[in-house]
Amino acid sequence: MSPSRHAVLAEGLQKRYGEKRALDGFDLAVERGSVHGLLGPNGAGKTTAVRILATLLRPDGGRAEVAGHDVSRDPRAVRRRIGLTGQAAAVDEINTARQNLVMFGRLFHLDKKRAVRRSEELLEQFGLTEAADKGVKEFSGGMRRRLDLATSMILAPQVLFLDEPTTGLDPRGRNEVWEAVRSLVADGTTVLLTTQYMDEADKLADRIAVIERGRTIADDTPAALKQQIGGDQIEVVVTEPADLGTAAGAVARVAGAEPVTDEENRRVSAPVTDRVSALTEVVRTLQEERVAVEDIGLRRPTLDEVFLRLTGHRAEEPEEPEGPDGPEGQGRPEGPEETEKQGAAA
Amino acid sequence: MSTVTKHGTADPGAASTPVADLDIPERRFHHAVTDCLIIVRNEITHLIRQPVNIAWQLGFPIVSVLLFVYVFGSAMDVGGQADYKDFALPGMFAMTMAFGFMNTAVMVAITKEYGVMDRYRSMPMAPSAVVSGRGVADVISACLDLLVLAVIALAVGWRPDGSLGATLAAFGLLILLRFALIWIGVWVGLLVKNQEAAGNLFAVAFPFGMISSVFTPPSMMPDWLGAVAMWNPVSSTANAIRDLFGSPMPLGDSWIEQHALGAALVWPVVITAVFLPLAVRRFQRLSS
Repeated sequence: MSPSRHAVLAEGLQKRYGEKRALDGFDLAVERGSVHGLLGPNGAGKTTAVRILATLLRPDGGRAEVAGHDVSRDPRAVRRRIGLTGQAAAVDEINTARQNLVMFGRLFHLDKKRAVRRSEELLEQFGLTEAADKGVKEFSGGMRRRLDLATSMILAPQVLFLDEPTTGLDPRGRNEVWEAVRSLVADGTTVLLTTQYMDEADKLADRIAVIERGRTIADDTPAALKQQIGGDQIEVVVTEPADLGTAAGAVARVAGAEPVTDEENRRVSAPVTDRVSALTEVVRTLQEERVAVEDIGLRRPTLDEVFLRLTGHRAEEPEEPEGPDGPEGQGRPEGPEETEKQGAAA
Repeated sequence: MSTVTKHGTADPGAASTPVADLDIPERRFHHAVTDCLIIVRNEITHLIRQPVNIAWQLGFPIVSVLLFVYVFGSAMDVGGQADYKDFALPGMFAMTMAFGFMNTAVMVAITKEYGVMDRYRSMPMAPSAVVSGRGVADVISACLDLLVLAVIALAVGWRPDGSLGATLAAFGLLILLRFALIWIGVWVGLLVKNQEAAGNLFAVAFPFGMISSVFTPPSMMPDWLGAVAMWNPVSSTANAIRDLFGSPMPLGDSWIEQHALGAALVWPVVITAVFLPLAVRRFQRLSS
């Protein structure tokens, strides 16, 4: 495996804030032209990893190469080849979308004519032509994020980092961003995407790395990962608590693992691989046994369940936001606070 | 071994997409200047898009001018036969420059808070332009502030009595003070968590502006407070420009007041010498 196959290569990255290890031997290899998801709960180190790879933070240990250049030794070379869309839509609030794109284009050292032409192309590509001369303040969260993405794409970067690009967006905004990402990838950009949502990683990524406490604990294709964690969940809610045993028996026959019974909510759930036949089978059995069912359905595993299967424990929320707080704080916290701020800015 | 993705192959239609000229050596100095000017231009666009902001910024000094000249003016006796206007208006100019660092701090905090700072830092632009662009833009907006204030002062009957050269020198000293305070603003803006925190700094800025010779001569204050006010850089600038505007005030015989002009030159240099390196260091520490 030659290193040139990889657009992003991280080996044993370390980053600490005081006593807390934000990254603790983080490894990652992203193939050129692929979309790699980085999945993990708040505080797992996703943002720290992206900030190091995007040359915003210096690692305490380990090494990383992006687009063939070492992030510590040659950050300028890396910066000419990457785009970054962070958790906050990093655009100028007061100016218009067009003014933003032209200004950033000029800061990417395009001459005036090319900066203007490129802004036209990007406005068109990201469906912002009509809103081009409105102040960004008037934009919806999804539009803002699309402008942010467009700004990251001014130089058609070899590698694009997307740090939770849909956090704080409504489903419509989320779809807008996903569409935009898909079209970028079709043009050959390598994307590293962090997310807290399994379904987002599943929809967009060719591979998913799962990160916990600053370390990669799994890295595979979505299909293989789902196989490993048991794919979708079947869930049955019975009307009478007395029927829970029967329901658990019916589910056990089709499930890939021991069903979990939640007596309080009269619910039985288990992972299944063959969605439709499992559902049909369970419905048929329950009908035969004359079990009154309140609800039955299939759903994607939550991040929590992914972690439960991979690590045997639930995804931990950090007690404190990642990174130092207060006036000394330079690392962007990755805690709940970030989400709040996002909500306010969106 | 080909890379298989679920998104198909590259679209050949994207031919016009500019790609960084990776083979051309970077012209660092050239870009330090041009990038700075691009940021300045962006800030001026802000002024043009939101002219009402200038009114907000100047609201406090303007209201103060009117209050002190028309409401308290007749009750104020600063010694000598001088008109209180000639004392208070130059003071107001100096105070506006002094409070200006708050704008710098808030703007830097916003740049940081909304992630624009991260965008700048992840781009191949000159890192120095982030700070230098802010500085140049703030000097330009300070000139605008002074212009508006001077017009209002002329309207209420204030006249500079010094020569043209002296008058220009006085405005130069004001801009010099504002320039020095930019570095405190940048440093503080990088230090605080968000724009609200930067805005709260008014609690610190207010006494810094007021415990000075802006509205009253320090000789009329209690001794200890008067000493603080005398050595306040804002006082030195205020005293020096009163002199240059041809309406010197009866001053105490303290050394610092006797050397107001020199102090108005030295203070900004000292402030810059201390806070420019601090601001730069803070900026570099964003990546640690």
